[in-house]
Amino acid sequence: MNFWVSLISAGVVVTVLIAIGALGAVPALQVIFGVAVPILAVLIFLAGIIWRVVQYARRPVPFAIPTTCGQQKTLPWIKHNPVESPNSTAGVVARMALEILTFRSLFRNTAMSLGEDGPKITYGSTQWLWLGAIVFHYAFLTVVIRHMRFFTEPVWGLVHLIETFDGFLEVGLPGLMLSGFALLAAGGYLLLRRLAIPQLRYISLPNDYFPLFLILSIAASGILMRYFVKVDIVAVKELAMNIANFKFAVPEGIGVLFWIHLFLVCVLLAYFPFSKLIHSGGVFFSPTRNMATNTREYRHINPWNYPVKIHTYEAYEDEFREKMVEAGLPVDKPLDEEATAQ
Amino acid sequence: MYDKGKVITGIVLFVIVFTFPFWINVGKANIAPEPKINPEVAGKVCVEDKAFMKANHMQLLDEWRDSVVRDGNRTYMGGTGRYEMSLTNSCMGCHNNKAQFCDSCHNYVSLTPNCWNCHIESKENTNG
Ligand code: HEC
Ligand code: HEC
Ligand code: HEC
Ligand code: HEM
Repeated sequence: MNFWVSLISAGVVVTVLIAIGALGAVPALQVIFGVAVPILAVLIFLAGIIWRVVQYARRPVPFAIPTTCGQQKTLPWIKHNPVESPNSTAGVVARMALEILTFRSLFRNTAMSLGEDGPKITYGSTQWLWLGAIVFHYAFLTVVIRHMRFFTEPVWGLVHLIETFDGFLEVGLPGLMLSGFALLAAGGYLLLRRLAIPQLRYISLPNDYFPLFLILSIAASGILMRYFVKVDIVAVKELAMNIANFKFAVPEGIGVLFWIHLFLVCVLLAYFPFSKLIHSGGVFFSPTRNMATNTREYRHINPWNYPVKIHTYEAYEDEFREKMVEAGLPVDKPLDEEATAQ
Repeated sequence: MYDKGKVITGIVLFVIVFTFPFWINVGKANIAPEPKINPEVAGKVCVEDKAFMKANHMQLLDEWRDSVVRDGNRTYMGGTGRYEMSLTNSCMGCHNNKAQFCDSCHNYVSLTPNCWNCHIESKENTNG
């Protein structure tokens, strides 16, 4: 698809969503945008995730295809790498944890380049994508955990602790929280990277730009709301606690930015299970990561295998022994022996 | 479905963690804070109108602080009159009940402004 078409269509969709979200500020619509839409979004999100995960779990794995990044367990004097080439469940768990918490395989990213002196191909490691991705994901996590101050009463100690670290600069009032800006910066980097690298731009579709635009808009509206165009935070918490209590009353006078922010979050939740963002669930089902490298110890049975009717040589000989002996063919068990056995 | 046990455990854990705001609040009364205006100033006005103060007082304080500490300018012309730009003398002069006023909101949204490490809570209560 043409690059401009992808970029602009995703941009237009997000703009329309922002406009729809702004309708939440209309008092008559507040029960819809403040209660119905969020609850619906959460339900779609949960049902969608469960559906996707069950779909993943129903897919058979015909072959053992773990990727090995270290020495498989073999002869005792050859050093085994238990995490990069795990042969036990514990090893697999360790490898998965490294993958999910540190994006280990992304860290191995390499880039091909032509050397300075002449056409000589060299492969170097590049970690920029890894850096962008890890900052993006951890900033997102931090922001979401900090948001729990809207949903817990009394607010949890963990949330306080994270706020303390996140706001350690103690600049401005309300205090600057680094994670919100880190999220915006890393998301912006991931977008620019897509736009700047020709190959990447070529393979990028509207459904690559859309989630980026959506998350960037969520972060931008949040930052605007916290530092520039203030909204009534106490009323926001009242609303959040009301929803959590299934009490459907919407406090008045929350600024329009909040309604945009909330609506975009609802869209993100409802879109999540049906988009590429479901990689967060899919990673657990990657056979290259979640299988043990024990192919020499255990035979992996293809679950597709249907029971095959087999006819062993012994059975064959039993069936045709007389005819074989008549024809002078060699047999394992002589004829008379069988006769005496019978 | 393959690995039924593990997958179902995973799904159940995920759903529990994701929906915790719902079940953690079950049966709890959700009482929004009602900051108590000190009776001595009840009926008066704040330095700006109430809706503005509610959402913007921290930014106002930030401006006051910068204005005093950097420019030496201690008078504020607010929408409702002239005020001395001072946390203790102005804000806390009228709102001398920090615990029932400022803190009631701040506790609700998990804030512990560190202002009181240096500033005193109110003119009357000098060791606060
Ligand atoms: C109506 C409830 C309410 C009252 C009353 C109130 N505040 Fe606040 N205050 C808030 C909210 C909500 C925030 C946080 C806004 C945010 O996080 O964006 C805040 C933030 C602040 C901050 C910034 C703290 C930080 O680290 O971000 C300061 C300073 C502050 N208030 C001072 C005061 C003082 C002083 C008083 C009493 C004179 C007071 N407030 C009364 C609701 C209130
Ligand atoms: C002249 C006395 C006076 C001064 C000085 C004053 N306030 Fe107020 N403040 C009031 C009154 C009276 C109200 C209630 C206004 C109303 O109900 O319309 C109020 C309301 C507020 C509210 C909204 C409370 C709510 O129920 O939502 C906040 C927040 C607040 N003040 C913070 C401050 C801060 C911060 C300062 C210092 C910058 C300050 N006030 C200075 C008298 C004062
Ligand atoms: C490290 C100690 C310290 C902390 C913490 C602190 N201040 Fe101050 N503040 C000062 C000093 C010192 C002055 C200068 C006093 C003067 O010149 O009259 C000042 C002045 C001010 C002034 C103007 C003068 C006055 O009398 O109030 C304001 C407003 C102010 N601070 C607000 C705040 C707020 C709001 C916070 C909390 C977010 C805060 N300060 C935290 C030390 C501190
Ligand atoms: C995917 C989920 C969400 C993301 C990524 C997100 C992101 C952000 C960001 C980056 C900020 C900037 C300030 C900061 O760093 O804390 C912010 C602020 C804010 N968000 Fe969200 N948000 C999300 C969900 C929500 C939800 C569900 C609500 C409704 C309760 C909400 C309400 C707010 C409010 C009221 C602020 C202003 C906070 C303040 O002034 O201190 N957000 N958000």
